[in-house]
Amino acid sequence: MAVTGAILVLFLIGHMLGNLKVFAGADSFNHYAEWLRTVGSPALPNRTALTIAEIVLGISVLLHMWAAVSLARRAAKARPVKYAAKRKSQASGYATHTMRYGGVIIALFVIWHLLDMTFGAVNPKGGDATPYDRMIAGFQPDRWWVALFYLVAMAMVGLHLRHGMWSAFQTLGLTRRPNVRRGLQTGAAVVSAALVLGFVAAPFCILIGVVK
Amino acid sequence: MNLTLKIWRQNGSSDKGRMVTYRVEDVSPDMSFLEMLDVLNERLILEGEDPVAFDHDCREGICGMCGMVINGVAHGEQKLTTTCQLHMRHFKDGDVITIEPWRSAAFPVIKDLVVDRSAFDRIIQAGGFISVPAGSAPDAHSIPVPKEDADAAFDAATCIGCGACVAACPNGSASLFTAAKIMHLGLLPQGQPERESRAKAMVEQMDAEGFGGCTNTGECTAVCPKGIPFEAIARMNADYLKAVSK
Amino acid sequence: MKIRRRPQENQGAASAATEYYRVGEPIRDTKAPDGPIEERWDKRRFQAKLVNPVNKRKLTIIVVGTGLAGGSAAATLGELGYKVKSFCYQDSPRRAHSIAAQGGINAAKNYRGDGDSVYRLFYDTVKGGDYRARESNVYRLAQVSVNIIDQAVAQGVPFAREYGGLLDTRSFGGTQVSRTFYARGQTGQQLLLGAYQALERQVAAGNVEVHTRHEMLELIVSGGRARGIVVRDMVTGEIETHLADAVVLASGGYGNVFYLSTNAKGCNTTAIWRAHKKGAYFGNPCYTQIHPTCIPQSGDHQSKLTLMSESLRNDGRVWVPKRKGDNRAPGDIPEDERDYYLERIYPSFGNLVPRDIASRAAKNVCDEGRGVGPGGLGVYLDFADAIKRMGREAVEKKYGNLFEMYERITGENPYEVPMRIYPAVHYTMGGLWVDYDLQSTIPGLFVIGEANFSDHGANRLGASALMQGLADGYFVLPTTIGDYLAGAGSFGPVDEADVAEARKSVQDRIEKLLSVNGNRTADSFHRELGRIMWDNCGMERTEASLRKALERIPELREEFWNNVKVPGDAEGLNQALERAGRVADFLELAELMCIDALHRTESCGGHFRAESQDADGEALRDDENFAYVAAWEWTPDGPVLHKEELKYEYVKMTQRSYK
Repeated sequence: MAVTGAILVLFLIGHMLGNLKVFAGADSFNHYAEWLRTVGSPALPNRTALTIAEIVLGISVLLHMWAAVSLARRAAKARPVKYAAKRKSQASGYATHTMRYGGVIIALFVIWHLLDMTFGAVNPKGGDATPYDRMIAGFQPDRWWVALFYLVAMAMVGLHLRHGMWSAFQTLGLTRRPNVRRGLQTGAAVVSAALVLGFVAAPFCILIGVVK
Repeated sequence: MNLTLKIWRQNGSSDKGRMVTYRVEDVSPDMSFLEMLDVLNERLILEGEDPVAFDHDCREGICGMCGMVINGVAHGEQKLTTTCQLHMRHFKDGDVITIEPWRSAAFPVIKDLVVDRSAFDRIIQAGGFISVPAGSAPDAHSIPVPKEDADAAFDAATCIGCGACVAACPNGSASLFTAAKIMHLGLLPQGQPERESRAKAMVEQMDAEGFGGCTNTGECTAVCPKGIPFEAIARMNADYLKAVSK
Repeated sequence: MKIRRRPQENQGAASAATEYYRVGEPIRDTKAPDGPIEERWDKRRFQAKLVNPVNKRKLTIIVVGTGLAGGSAAATLGELGYKVKSFCYQDSPRRAHSIAAQGGINAAKNYRGDGDSVYRLFYDTVKGGDYRARESNVYRLAQVSVNIIDQAVAQGVPFAREYGGLLDTRSFGGTQVSRTFYARGQTGQQLLLGAYQALERQVAAGNVEVHTRHEMLELIVSGGRARGIVVRDMVTGEIETHLADAVVLASGGYGNVFYLSTNAKGCNTTAIWRAHKKGAYFGNPCYTQIHPTCIPQSGDHQSKLTLMSESLRNDGRVWVPKRKGDNRAPGDIPEDERDYYLERIYPSFGNLVPRDIASRAAKNVCDEGRGVGPGGLGVYLDFADAIKRMGREAVEKKYGNLFEMYERITGENPYEVPMRIYPAVHYTMGGLWVDYDLQSTIPGLFVIGEANFSDHGANRLGASALMQGLADGYFVLPTTIGDYLAGAGSFGPVDEADVAEARKSVQDRIEKLLSVNGNRTADSFHRELGRIMWDNCGMERTEASLRKALERIPELREEFWNNVKVPGDAEGLNQALERAGRVADFLELAELMCIDALHRTESCGGHFRAESQDADGEALRDDENFAYVAAWEWTPDGPVLHKEELKYEYVKMTQRSYK
């Protein structure tokens, strides 16, 4: 869980930074998208690096989900009789309790997101348009519900990382002192907030017409 | 004050069990939670009914024998407090209090609120010790221990083995209990020779007992009556990873 | 039986009250070697026969109780290769009440270089015990104390340390040397967990079987030897028989005879009382220690008392209102209407007088009707002056955790309102009589820890209970039991009839308890018994009070067996049945305690007879007539007293003084 989560977090950081190129204009953004396909060229055939990344990410997602499902199943087995009283959380940290359903929302979002932005299947401009056009088209005001879904999903990603990032360090045994743990928890809050802001910036600006 | 209690009643491990409602009257705010149950039980006995079975012994918060989930919280909502040290002044007249046993597959219910926690003993058997037969010890001053390490080891060693961590964990994990012992012994020079084998054996036994996995929710340390630090789990993970990567 | 009998002497010196008992032949400890005291333990160890390692595997030892004594003994016997069966009534060996000991453990390490030595610890313990303990035993205890610390440290017990990494010590209970090792306020817990872990290691190794939630209800004696026990599986209700080559009782003290004490709720006398009725003599049952600084009772619902460290008296001032029945809030009582009675009566020691004196003084002012709090059973321990003098922060640093504990239980903030304290029973020096080998008068029955009577005399020093439990369990018993077991080849099989008889008595008793079906709970009898004992055989005893108790106790016992109500049946978990059985035994033990207290017309240590005090109200010993251990034999016609004379070759008997 920790290792696959870490890979996915690195991806998200890269993805978010790439997204911000939308503010630099269509050419910059499209060029960046193109670069992703040709990185390493001509030494390597096009898409080599991208394909490797896609495979690694795909496997990470699957393993991450598998780990989550097996932990959830173990938890269900470990407590066959539930409490009658509603269990009141005593630990601070709302994020912790969103991991499972939040993960499902994120997974659904990723499918939609791929269909929308990568394959263009549900994008008004379709798969043949430039990445920039697809992005602008995807978040037009008349498709406000897409933006809303995106926002909800990003909130979930934020909460997921808020807990997930420091938790990974704990699982790997790297939080052996309380100040280290608290530092990592703060770090996780800052990084996840930055990621959410970074991801939300583009669709929000498109929605209100600042980026066209 | 007068209270309504909803208590889990289960007559033996094969019984299905159910919540039963009782009224208790004239509860003094100075009573401990268990004394309030004593009063209920004395009444039940005289009425010819079966009193509510619950575990308890020292009643001063150190033996770890008592424990019930009170209104959804292990040992009740008072922080750093065992059930026996919880007093009725924290409740008010007319309150409805739900009382349930620790819920864990690894802690089967014996009767009512009494559960079998022998899984904890088996985790200790797997490696929660330093192998030193009586009479074989060197002089106590032969190995100095930095005060900081001794103090941190003590903090972990104060675990009373009550099982609240398991009861509170959304995953039903026993990580905090297991980790407390691994941290305690792993911090001391005397515990080094067996440090990794201990972590491996204890974690494997914990998993074999049917406890859930840890997702670092922190519920365990939040309800722990002795405030066993969350870092203990990181230390356990580190020792375990080191042991299995060899 | 290996007790050498001698012609009677000194008869008749001991008081009246002979209608309650008969005097039998004196008894002697035949196992302690002669010679220089520092060589006796070595000598005994050398003389003791050894068991062939191959044979150890074939020998079974039962250990009842898993506290410091029982846990350490079972673990060590397992390490030696014996087949050990360990029993406890709790759900895990780790719960035993040794876990609640706060203060620390004494050891003559002299790490401070402050003049401590084995001899000084020996001397302090004999003197502290008011010259009613055996010199040989106490010397051995002091010798072994140093090994205990080594053992515990090696096990990973996290004792307090100094910045240099060495062990910290403190002085405790008024001793002038700093010999008490501690682990914050949880020394008992840490030592017990050390023993528990050693025990679980032996379980994993297959040498020890632990039977949790099993209560010993009878001893099996066959061919004159202890050969097993009958227990009840508290989960299934099944009555089980366990046979062995030797039986060790480590079942703790009987302070719960007073109902309210600092003992755990489950602590009981059943194991030792059953053994007593099977022939083991009971030593000094009346020696009870009462601790002055406990949190007072808050009402009739009170189920137990909680101790607070005595160190509170270093800075707190004890007082009560001068006027009887003064119900004003403490803050409203002006200074000149307060009676700082300890400072008034004991001007030089003031609030720091020893435990028994502080306790008795508190009882006296409460008896005068000047007590405070619910039921008038409490005195103030006021920190207002200390806060003024040292500042709140300094007080918090020193006593913060105790103040917190007090507030958790009482709901009162001791920084603002004075604490209320009252004495409570917390240790029993009496117990089954044992010889130097810790063997009782039943061959093969060994008794260790608080369950025996051996090392503390009439009063136990602070931080010595943990020391004795572990000395017995780790170091003494494992050696001495071998001497007995070396002869196991000649023990022969256990007679079936003896087993059947023991089982039947257990079953009959359970049936009887369940069939009375009266109108009172076992707890209500226990509370009443406790009240009788506290009022009449507590801090201060008089001939009249003891006679009154001796009248009331048989009546109460009679009522118990005709009017107790125990619901449910013998099958499965039945906590009411467990409790009733324990109360039944307390009702018998209480009588013996009162008889012992009545016969000992002197005051000594924890036993204060109002008739025997000096002009200053201090306990007055009568060494001429009472320098003996009272070992009581149970017979159907009443108890028989056997005296074991105490000889002091090394420590001179003197009178304590705190003026």
